[in-house]
Amino acid sequence: MKVRKLLMIIAVAASLVFLAGQVMAEPITINWWHAMKGARGKVADNMIKAFNDSQSDYVVVGTYKGNYDETINAGVAAYRAKKQPHILQAFEVGTQTMMLSGAIKPVYKLMKEAGYNINWKGYLQPVLSYYMNANGDLMSMPFNSSTPVMYYNVDLFKKAGIPMLDKTKPVTWDKLGEITAKLVKSGVVPYGMVTGWQSWTQVENYSAIHNIAFASKANGYEGLDCELLINNPKVVGHIAMLKDWFDDKRFLYGGQKYQGPKAEFIAQNAGVYIDSISGIAKLKKAVKDFKWDVAPMPVESWMKNPQNSIIGGASLWVFKGHDKKDYKGVAAFLKHLAKPEMQIYWHKQTGYFPITLAAYEQLKKEGYYKEQPYQEVGIKELTRRTPTKISRGLRLGYFIQIRNIINEEMELVWNGTKTPQAAMDNAVKRSNKQLREFEKIYK
Amino acid sequence: MGNAFPVYGGKRCFVNSETMIKRSVFSSRTLPYLLILPQIVVTLTFFYWPAVQGLIQSVMRSDPFGQHSTFIWFSNFVTLFTDPLYLKSIGITLFFSMSVATVSISTGLFIATMANRALKAKAVVRTLLIWPYAVAPAISGILWLFLLHPSYGVVALAIKRWFGVDWNPVLRGSDAMFMIIMASAWKQISYNFVFFIAGLQAIPKSLIEAAAIDGASPFRRFWTITVPLLSPTLFFVTVMNIIYSFFETFGVVHMMTQGGPGGATNILVYKVYQDGFIGLNMGGSAAQSIVLMTLIIGVTLFQFKYVEKKVQYAG
Repeated sequence: MKVRKLLMIIAVAASLVFLAGQVMAEPITINWWHAMKGARGKVADNMIKAFNDSQSDYVVVGTYKGNYDETINAGVAAYRAKKQPHILQAFEVGTQTMMLSGAIKPVYKLMKEAGYNINWKGYLQPVLSYYMNANGDLMSMPFNSSTPVMYYNVDLFKKAGIPMLDKTKPVTWDKLGEITAKLVKSGVVPYGMVTGWQSWTQVENYSAIHNIAFASKANGYEGLDCELLINNPKVVGHIAMLKDWFDDKRFLYGGQKYQGPKAEFIAQNAGVYIDSISGIAKLKKAVKDFKWDVAPMPVESWMKNPQNSIIGGASLWVFKGHDKKDYKGVAAFLKHLAKPEMQIYWHKQTGYFPITLAAYEQLKKEGYYKEQPYQEVGIKELTRRTPTKISRGLRLGYFIQIRNIINEEMELVWNGTKTPQAAMDNAVKRSNKQLREFEKIYK
Repeated sequence: MGNAFPVYGGKRCFVNSETMIKRSVFSSRTLPYLLILPQIVVTLTFFYWPAVQGLIQSVMRSDPFGQHSTFIWFSNFVTLFTDPLYLKSIGITLFFSMSVATVSISTGLFIATMANRALKAKAVVRTLLIWPYAVAPAISGILWLFLLHPSYGVVALAIKRWFGVDWNPVLRGSDAMFMIIMASAWKQISYNFVFFIAGLQAIPKSLIEAAAIDGASPFRRFWTITVPLLSPTLFFVTVMNIIYSFFETFGVVHMMTQGGPGGATNILVYKVYQDGFIGLNMGGSAAQSIVLMTLIIGVTLFQFKYVEKKVQYAG
């Protein structure tokens, strides 16, 4: 019996050693949950594959978790069940929630701990600044970023005798008013302009470009006790102007998101269409019967040096609660994503910005923007000036609800229920209530 | 008579020799509990546990990741009921569900009456009419959007061009409300139809014929004979329709209006989703779910207590 027992012990020990050896040799799996489907999902997969092929210590597994809302909810549920992935892609409006969650490992810390000394100055600053804390430390890694631009129907412009627009120097809103008036009056098109994501393009970006504070405390970067300021005369004036345009058909309201407005532009019901730069790929695919071009967002005539526009999109957050070894791999993967060749590939395939200056310079050198002049309009608009405390981004709790409130109140202006001033006053009042609720959570 | 009760696998059979009725009595005390255990486990885990979680969540203020939670009594409810928009949403929901129930029940009943009288191809007509019920609410929303969206809806473009109707559900609340009522009711018509046709067929023809011989008009026959005899079905269908319009219409609203324009179609169940799932406000949306739950329990109890008294079950 004793011999048998001894043999057993030896066998077990041997198998344990063997197993341990195997574990050591096995690469560490790093999970990345994202919201990129279809063509974008494939591009992301290829970037993962390039990383997995380049080394043998880590294997990154990318999983599509649905749209932005679904992905962030998947992350929340997983974290509560202590089954969180290493990396979660979260959209820009969720930045404050993620940042304060206490569930994340800031990217600047992650990189430092992994021994990477990254020159953050080599990144597109307006992209980084959206995801930095008040001290200028990067909390999450920007992944897909875009900014609004203005598309216009070249054929309709020609028919109405309107000269083409410059790709660098923005037109003024007054000038756009004349253009849309000409479009409508000449009868070539029933409506002048249409805009997607109205809160993002007409309030958030309008404020950033004109360096108008969207909220107090540096747009919320410097404190949870911030309040919305969008009932200022300039923003209200802009909405009042759009309402005038709405009344004489220079502006057509096509819905809160992009589907309706895009359909109006494609159906040539409107000659001008303001939306994200990432719409280029969609328009290339969908528009068959007319030529179109891209110009920067219009600017008020009193704004001599317009600021940068702000971004939309998503960034990559790293969750707490994993092994140190895992984080080395996460850092290596994030570094891999920021490599010029990866960024160039991503930009060319999806239209989202390359996030490093090195990638941008190389694209310029390659002559890519001579071939694809559309693509550069957004980058130039985004990088034309160093971001100020006001134009670097927005950092609001319950931002999703606030956007929703702004959208609702704007709709009430368009359908004549409220004056622009009353609507914006109410939007501020309602949003501040949300901000106070949010503030209480983290007290 | 060694053994008065023949035992078959633990089951004793009492055989009453006079009436020859077999009665089974299970002697085991634990067996019945074991048998209902799966049902209890399923009910507890999938219904009661989440409901209790919701109840707890509704008296907490917490961040989505559950790192900062404070017990705040009924503060979430106070916030809700002092919010004029929430009260407005209750009003919208009541109007919406009444409209959906009215449209789908009356149309369903009308079609069922017609189909019941159809002589030729009765079976085919009925089968075709049942089909829309198989369509999920979200799909129904998309289908109706393809018809009624002001930018790309076929019907919308037609009525705008040929009849000059100023149709714009993207901007006008009443148009949007009309649109979601149509899409929600359309799907439910088939459901009501199935029950009504079954109910109609259970009504003895002789009664209606007798009334006809006595000279009652078709409308009077319908009103004084068919409707009272159909009342159990009508009652059941009303309860089901109200519950449907409170909860399942989520897909329709999500696809068609997302609660807009200006919150005009923001029904309660959609608001829960918007605040909880999209907005990540856990306490507030949990409180809303509790209100919604209470409301639907209230409506159903009211229906059973007051409406059911008028229902005639006996044929």
